[in-house]
Amino acid sequence: MSTHKFIRAVSTVVLMCVPFVVHAQSKFAIGTPASEREIKGWDIDVSPNGAGLPAGGGSVAEGGKLYAAKCAACHGAKGEGKPADRLVGGQGTLKAAAPVKTIGSFWPYATTVFDYVYRAMPYSAPQSLSANETYALTAYLLHMNGILGAEATLDAASLAKIRMPNRDGFVGDGRPDTGNLPCRSECK
Amino acid sequence: MKKQADGANAARNARRNFLRNSAVLTGGAFAGNALAQNAADNAPPNVPAWMKKEGRALSDGQYGLPSAFEKNVLRRGRGDQVMPGSGSAMTPLQNLRGMITPNGLVFERSHAGIPEIDPAQHRLMLHGMVKQPLVFTMEDLMRFPSVSRIHFLECSGNTSREWKSPFGKSVQVSHGLLSCCEWTGVALSTILEEAGVQPGAQWVLAEGADAAAMTRSVPMAKALEDAMLVYAQNGEALRPENGYPLRLFLPGFEGNMSIKWLRRLKVAAEPFMTREETSKYTDSLPDGTARLFTFSMDAKSVITYPAPDHKLARRGFYEISGLAWTGNGRIRRVDVSTDGGRNWREAALQEPVLSRAVTRFRLPWQWDGNATILQSRALDDSGYVQPNRAQLVAQRGLHSNYHYNAIQSWAVAASGEISNVHA
Repeated sequence: MSTHKFIRAVSTVVLMCVPFVVHAQSKFAIGTPASEREIKGWDIDVSPNGAGLPAGGGSVAEGGKLYAAKCAACHGAKGEGKPADRLVGGQGTLKAAAPVKTIGSFWPYATTVFDYVYRAMPYSAPQSLSANETYALTAYLLHMNGILGAEATLDAASLAKIRMPNRDGFVGDGRPDTGNLPCRSECK
Repeated sequence: MKKQADGANAARNARRNFLRNSAVLTGGAFAGNALAQNAADNAPPNVPAWMKKEGRALSDGQYGLPSAFEKNVLRRGRGDQVMPGSGSAMTPLQNLRGMITPNGLVFERSHAGIPEIDPAQHRLMLHGMVKQPLVFTMEDLMRFPSVSRIHFLECSGNTSREWKSPFGKSVQVSHGLLSCCEWTGVALSTILEEAGVQPGAQWVLAEGADAAAMTRSVPMAKALEDAMLVYAQNGEALRPENGYPLRLFLPGFEGNMSIKWLRRLKVAAEPFMTREETSKYTDSLPDGTARLFTFSMDAKSVITYPAPDHKLARRGFYEISGLAWTGNGRIRRVDVSTDGGRNWREAALQEPVLSRAVTRFRLPWQWDGNATILQSRALDDSGYVQPNRAQLVAQRGLHSNYHYNAIQSWAVAASGEISNVHA
C-alpha cells in the first residue's frame, strides 16, 4: 500500500467512525454519515449571495466561443431562441401585451444563470461544463443582454455582485385574490 | 325453435368466417369492422362466442394490462414538445372513474427526460444546516416508519392554455395535468429529525437525479407539516416517469415542487432562487411584476362526464360527474349549473372526501335536447370559492400562465356534441 493510499484508508476509517458516534444518538440510527468528499461531489447549488460558487473564472470572449459551439444550436446564434428558450432581449416588455421573458428581461439573479448552466446545460450533456467554462458562458449571456461589457470577466466575487435589471420585479403570492360568491339561483 | 336458432347461428358463423378470411386478405383495418358487424351475434338470445371456448391462459409471470378494448385510454401530450424529454403527457380524465388514477395513466411532466435509475445505486443526501449530514440508501429509507396517504398531484401549468381562449378540445388536454394516487413513503420530518435541523433553518432545497438536476426550494414549515419522501404509488413502486425510485411529495403544492428522482436535500436559512422558481414557475401580472413562490393549488373543479370527449346520443337521463380538489384542505361543496351559470344545484360528493385529494362529484341530469352550458364550482373548507375566468383575468391579466383555476364551461349543442367555451 502506498503512503497516499494508506493515509486515505486511515482517514476514511476516521471519517466513518467519528460521525457515527454522533449519529448513534439519533432516534433510528438509520443512514450513513455523509463525508466531506461525498458532499463536495454533489453540492452543486449556487445561492444569490454567491455561496456555492466554485473557484475559477471566465471571460465574455471565451464564453462567446463556447456559446457558438455548445449552445447556439438550440438557443440561436444570438440567443433568440427556438427550439429552446430565448435567452436575450425583451427588457421593458414585461408590461406589454406580449411580454418577452429572458435572462436579461426577467431573471432576478445572475447567480441563477451559473447554477442552472452548471447543473443542466448543455441539454444533451449536463454537468459536463467546467467551472471556468460556466463562468465564461454566464459572462457571455450577461454580455448579450447588455449587462456586462465585451471585455468583462467573471469569477465568484464579481458574479455575486451583479444586479439584474428585473431584480425588484417579483412580489409575494397575493392569493386569495378572486372573491367569488357562491350564488345559487337567478345568478345572471 | 332451437333448430331455427341453430340455423341462424350457422349462417352467422359462415358469414363470420367469410369476414374473417376477408380481413386476412384486406389487412388489419378491416378486422375492426368485421368485429363490429358481428357484435349483435353475442347479444341475447345468442350465447356469446367467448362462452363457447376456454379463455386465454392465466397471467402467471406477467404484469397485468388493461383489456385490448381499452387501447385508446392513454396519456397524451399537447403535441407542443420543444425538446425531447421536456414536456408533459396528460391523464385521460374523460375515461376515469372514482378518485384514483391508475399508475400507467398518472400524468408526467419532465424537464430533461426520464432517467433510468438502479435503486441499489440510488442515494439520498441530506446536508446543509443539519447536525449530522447523512446519506441514505433506498433500503435505509424503507426501514423508517412509513405512511400512506391519498393526495392529488397537479401541475401548476394545468389548464394554462385556457387563459386567453378556449383551447382544450378534450378534458385530457384542458385539465389532464392532474392525477390522484395513494402515496407511500416516510415523512420528511422523520428524516430531518434524524439528521437534526439547526436553529435558523427555514428552507430545504430538493434536487432530482435527472439530467435537469431539477431543484426547488421548499419552506421548512411545509417540510415539517406533511411533506413525504415517497417510494410507492397505488401500492407498487413509483413508475420511472413519476420519480422511481424516490420522490419528494408536497400535498397540495404545485406539482413541480414534488421533485422526482430525489437525490439531495439541503437545509438552509434562505431560498435558493433556482431557475425553476424564478424564471419559470412564477406568475406574471399586468403591472409587469411576477408572483414568486405561489406554492398552493387553489380550489378547482371540472366536469369529466360529459366532456368534449363525449357526445350525448339522445335526450334523457345523464349523470354529470367530475372532480374537485383544493390544496387548501378538503372540498366542502360542489355546485353544478346546467344552464350556463344561472342556477346551481349542489352535487353529491363521493366519500371519502380527503384533505388535498380529488373528490368525485355527481349530479343527476335530464337533458331536454336543447343547447346549454354545463359548469361546476368548487368550495373548500377554507371558505374559498372557485372563481370564474373574468375574476381571474381581472386580477392577473392574461400572462400569468400558472395557477389557472377558473370555472370550466362545456357547451352542449342540440346535436349532443360538446365543446370548450368561455361563458
